[in-house]
Amino acid sequence: MSSLALFLLVVALAALGWLMARARATAFRRGGSAPRAHSLPSYHGWYVALWTAVPALIFIAVWTPLSANLVMDEVMSAPAAASLPPFEMQRVAILREAREIAEGIRPGGFHPESNALAPAYADALSRTRTMGAVVALLLAFAGGAFAFTRVSPHFRARTRVERLVMAALLGASTIAILTTLGIIASLLFESARFFSLVDPLEFLFGTHWSPQIAIRADQAGASGGFGAIPLFWGTIFIGAIIAMLVAIPLGLMSAIYLTQYARPAVRRWMKPLLEMLAGVPTVVYGYFAALTVAPAVRDFGKAIGIASATSESALAAGLVMGIMIIPFVSSMADDSINAVPQAMRDGSLAMGATTSETIRRVIVPAALPGVVGGVLLAVSRAIGETMIVVMAAGLAANLTANPFASVTTVTTQIVQLLTGDQEFDSAKTLAAFALGLVLFVVTLLLNIVALRVVKKYREAYE
Amino acid sequence: MNSMTDTVAATPLRNDAAAKMTAREVSVFYGAKKAVDSVSIDISQDNVTAFIGPSGCGKSTFLRTLNRMNDTIANARVEGQIVLDGEDIYAPAMDVVQLRARVGMVFQKPNPFPKSIYENVAYGPRIHGLADGRAQMDEIVERSLKRAGLWEEVKDRLQDSGTALSGGQQQRLCIARAIAVDPEVILMDEPCSALDPIATARIEELIHELRGRYAIVIVTHNMQQAARVSQRTAFFHLGSLVEYGETSEIFTNPRVERTKDYITGRYG
Repeated sequence: MSSLALFLLVVALAALGWLMARARATAFRRGGSAPRAHSLPSYHGWYVALWTAVPALIFIAVWTPLSANLVMDEVMSAPAAASLPPFEMQRVAILREAREIAEGIRPGGFHPESNALAPAYADALSRTRTMGAVVALLLAFAGGAFAFTRVSPHFRARTRVERLVMAALLGASTIAILTTLGIIASLLFESARFFSLVDPLEFLFGTHWSPQIAIRADQAGASGGFGAIPLFWGTIFIGAIIAMLVAIPLGLMSAIYLTQYARPAVRRWMKPLLEMLAGVPTVVYGYFAALTVAPAVRDFGKAIGIASATSESALAAGLVMGIMIIPFVSSMADDSINAVPQAMRDGSLAMGATTSETIRRVIVPAALPGVVGGVLLAVSRAIGETMIVVMAAGLAANLTANPFASVTTVTTQIVQLLTGDQEFDSAKTLAAFALGLVLFVVTLLLNIVALRVVKKYREAYE
Repeated sequence: MNSMTDTVAATPLRNDAAAKMTAREVSVFYGAKKAVDSVSIDISQDNVTAFIGPSGCGKSTFLRTLNRMNDTIANARVEGQIVLDGEDIYAPAMDVVQLRARVGMVFQKPNPFPKSIYENVAYGPRIHGLADGRAQMDEIVERSLKRAGLWEEVKDRLQDSGTALSGGQQQRLCIARAIAVDPEVILMDEPCSALDPIATARIEELIHELRGRYAIVIVTHNMQQAARVSQRTAFFHLGSLVEYGETSEIFTNPRVERTKDYITGRYG
């Protein structure tokens, strides 16, 4: 019996249990023996259904991967396995063929050994499957029967079911946390391998980035360099400097306009429109940057006499990224300006301050911590942003402050290092993980600081 | 209209020689709703005037027309005439910034700015350009804090945040802030409603001290407070001015039935 059929059978049993338990609970409710039973009939139904399904499904989930190992053990101990070639790749290929024959996916094997092994395989498969199905169904029956015997007017089925619901919700939230931990672990592990090949000090403070490893000693371009400073600088230059020079003033000013000047009717359509910017896919921003903004920036650079202006410039990527970030800055600023009490505004206006004096001297200073928090979140978003810089910023690891020159960023290089066929044991590939780790640590710190700042400020007005 | 029969207009005090502000037939609308109905009143220069009345009677709304704070509410509309020293404050020629420098306001809930104590007081003088240099500003700050009775408590910590003070101190700081621009009239909108009895007594004492130097109008829902601090009392009910007169008269011998009912606690 296949796993899917088994699963459906267990679910069907659970449904049957649900109907039976509900009918029984309804009967004692209707029968007048216990009109004030603790739980509604459907809770009794759920109680039985869950007892039927959950243990059996957990068993199936554990058994399925486990049974593959059992099958393999059994096949390897069969007499036909003795004739398997010693070479690992061939063995794997033969075993795969044998399984496909056993399952009837292919009629005959390319290797004679696999045909010989197929009956043993089929045997083992059917035995473990039958065993699994029997145990699962027994569990389902036992669980369901046990639960069904407990259905009585005073049984608190509702409490039990609610508790399981809570456990399921807790489980769901744990998955996200565990995934994060897994990502951190893999980053740390691969980075450790990288740092065993390349000195961490060279990586963090070196200024020469040329991620290649020589195959022969005398090869051209043999000199690899893993100094990531040009990447860090490019990331900061585009994401934290140019993009913020665009996003902070524009975002803040639009938030001020929307909260302080715009009439409610204007605000109602303008705010969603502005926030729509956040919904544009970054790849669209990317080609907007590469095809529209970058040539314009280059032409402008040439026009004002900067000969080194290229069509892959920090300025083009930074400008577009700044535009992308505007909604983040403006909606955070909007929130923190709105959190400044009206009394503050009235107090200032009653002193004879104009609206703009009130904004400049009272509202913005009072909202500043929230705005700063928003900006930090925006920076962390900007330095992790990939598509725009991949398409518009270029690959040359230049250490320059010229905004018309091409620079590269951490994310661009990660994409570059991991695109195409890679050996996963060379420093070149592993460098991507080290870069990812640095990026992760920096954005994590930025997020923590930003959230602290925002939280501290929120408390001040409660 | 029938209700007019039990309303005595403000005639007895209309020709007050020392009237600082006069309102004539002032109505305030929020959208289509009339919140204040044709109020006429004279605000005396030398006395403290109290506005009393049950919640929602329009006393705070009327107070806010006196320095045009209702301008900040999008759908509020004011009709009638309000004159400050012979100038119509709703005339197009009147600059609202200058008006508010002359008619200051203290709010229900203390609302110091999240700045230092010094900067809170210096705020008004700065935006109106009243001080030349640091020394003069120091002088204004000190004088204002002294008049507000706060100087002794804060003189050693002027750079501390204004929001770190106690509620009563914050309210006196707001009064010092209002005084700092040397206004002619100070409007107080239930200034003690968020304070404990001791802080309230301190503010009431302060109002006594400030009387004469500034024309003071105080809105309160506490009748004992009105009796303690004011010389003139106006009773508002359902958006209209029911009775206006000497505080002693209003509290001992009201001429209108509704005033008497309110003062004796029949409703409100």
